[in-house]
Amino acid sequence: MDKTQERLDLWCSGQGIQFKDAEAEETYRKRTRRLADAIQLKVPDRMPIAPLVTFFAANYVGLSPEEAMYDLDKAYAAYKQTALDFQWDTAFSHMIAFSGPWLEAFDYKQLKWPGHGVPSNRTYQFVEGEYMKADEYDAFLEDPSDFLIRTYLPRVSGALSPLQMLPPIRMVLPYYLGLMFMFGVAGAMGTASALESLIKAITEFGRFSASTAAFGQEMASLGFPSIFGGMTQAPFDTVGDSLRGTQGIMLDMYRQPDKLQKAMDLILPDAIQMGVISASISPSPTVFIPLHKGPMGFMSIEQFKTFYWPTLHKLMLALIDEGLVPMPFIEADYTDRLEIIKDIPRGKAIYWFERTDVFKAKEILGDRVCIKGNVPSSLLCTGTPDQVKAYCKKLIDVVGKGGGLIVDGDIGIADEAKPENVKAMTDFVKEYGVYK
Amino acid sequence: MANDLAIMLADLKEKEALEIAQARLNAGGDPLSILDDARRGMEIVGKRFENSEYFIPDLVYSGEILKEITEMVKPKLTKAAEVKRLGKVIIGTVSGDIHDIGKNIVTFMLDINGFEVYDLGVDVSAQQFVDKIKETNTSIVGLSGFLTLAFDSMKETIDAIKAAGLRDKVKIMIGGGQMSEDIRKYAGADSYGSNAMAGVSLAKEWVGGQ
Repeated sequence: MDKTQERLDLWCSGQGIQFKDAEAEETYRKRTRRLADAIQLKVPDRMPIAPLVTFFAANYVGLSPEEAMYDLDKAYAAYKQTALDFQWDTAFSHMIAFSGPWLEAFDYKQLKWPGHGVPSNRTYQFVEGEYMKADEYDAFLEDPSDFLIRTYLPRVSGALSPLQMLPPIRMVLPYYLGLMFMFGVAGAMGTASALESLIKAITEFGRFSASTAAFGQEMASLGFPSIFGGMTQAPFDTVGDSLRGTQGIMLDMYRQPDKLQKAMDLILPDAIQMGVISASISPSPTVFIPLHKGPMGFMSIEQFKTFYWPTLHKLMLALIDEGLVPMPFIEADYTDRLEIIKDIPRGKAIYWFERTDVFKAKEILGDRVCIKGNVPSSLLCTGTPDQVKAYCKKLIDVVGKGGGLIVDGDIGIADEAKPENVKAMTDFVKEYGVYK
Repeated sequence: MANDLAIMLADLKEKEALEIAQARLNAGGDPLSILDDARRGMEIVGKRFENSEYFIPDLVYSGEILKEITEMVKPKLTKAAEVKRLGKVIIGTVSGDIHDIGKNIVTFMLDINGFEVYDLGVDVSAQQFVDKIKETNTSIVGLSGFLTLAFDSMKETIDAIKAAGLRDKVKIMIGGGQMSEDIRKYAGADSYGSNAMAGVSLAKEWVGGQ
């Protein structure tokens, strides 16, 4: 039997879950099978609706994003309430709300979050920057771990900035003197405070992950699977987001394409490992891959083929080899590059589209890959229930035809979505989305 | 035409473009004419972008080359280059949103297309937009936003412009990540542009109509 089938069957079996009652168990089995059928391009009983929810859950119960990031119990309750009220085919945990105290412990620079750079009623946002300068590729390529510990971490974390005073990490090696030298210097340079921050961060993260794990267990026991398993990132985005910034990586495509390529090749095995390891601690076999810098407009087709797709393609194939289901969240518009991303084994992945022409996507990819999406946020936030239903009808009629559709918002459920619109979308899919 | 600065810049030949500019400077060439040629090169870049031959990375790269040429020439300039401007545009990412990649591209395209752009940055409050309109007497405003939270911020900004009695003095366009025609209506803007060129076309149309 193929590995994907095995992983999906294991997920659907609900093995290890202490169900609340027989009804919850049956519901869980139905929901996972519905999702598995959609992934494998079989026709399920009805099309699944399995949205990602960020701060919609907080707003829905009247919790501010700031409270959701700072009060784990309130966040837990908000995401649970949302799952129970809407009864989707998945429950999304407050993991996505993140932990304010954890970010604070790091004095983290790559995000602004409520109360720390954005107002308390707003979502956290990424801060673009050149966290690796144009002339630092060699340092990264020669000794990535050393570069990340002594140069990258001090730039993205105020608390870890003392690490920049460390001597090269490999100097820990010679005889017992290396250890003395390394930690002698470390002590003299005041890195102890960085390690104390790290301990605080680890403690905070422990609290956070205990809470989200308990959420997963409780929701599963109530019959809600999680569609989100592991996560990883396309190597081009890792370089672009975390190291070079959008402007930086765009210039690198012209000025130092070979080094950019080498950096992506270096990152690829780690990206695969990250997907495999993170999925192994979740019952769900999917691997979420948010895609950022490869859409139309952001680069030409040629640049996409040269720089973006090859390592992403290898990453997805490697995950599929492990029996996992890559779930790229394809932000912005990929309409002109659908033929390229069609090169993926049949029934083994989920392509989640945002602004791509999803009807065209069905035409080109329908016999290849399950499509997730894409009720527009603009409709969910500012439209009426009737407008939402009209869009869902077309989505179901065209993209849902013959299976292979998981309904979601274009970016999940937008934070500011009107609950009545979300309800209209949910009810309509459950009613009209039944396969006869 | 390998010695034509405008063409080298338009073709994104960084090394050649810089060499030509340097050689002309060394030979006592007029710094203003070098900048003029560079500007012609940028116009070609803009056209190619308009025709979907070029994409954002090409704009970013050409912008970098232009910056290098400008810096090279600057010390030799005896008087400031006089640029004829088509009109003025105020632009900014609306309150609560800190994303600026799209806004910067639009600013850049407006600039190379002859507009004077007041870029107010990110997380710009409604009041800041209102103040800038009054201060500069500008008739075109561009609101940028990436996130869904920007839907309401755009509406609030336009409401504030209305409340200040300025709505009929300005044309307002919106753009960015989650924007759409629906949001244009919701916010009460005059137009929605799905890319940087649409922004330039709108601005041109609006100054032409004055």
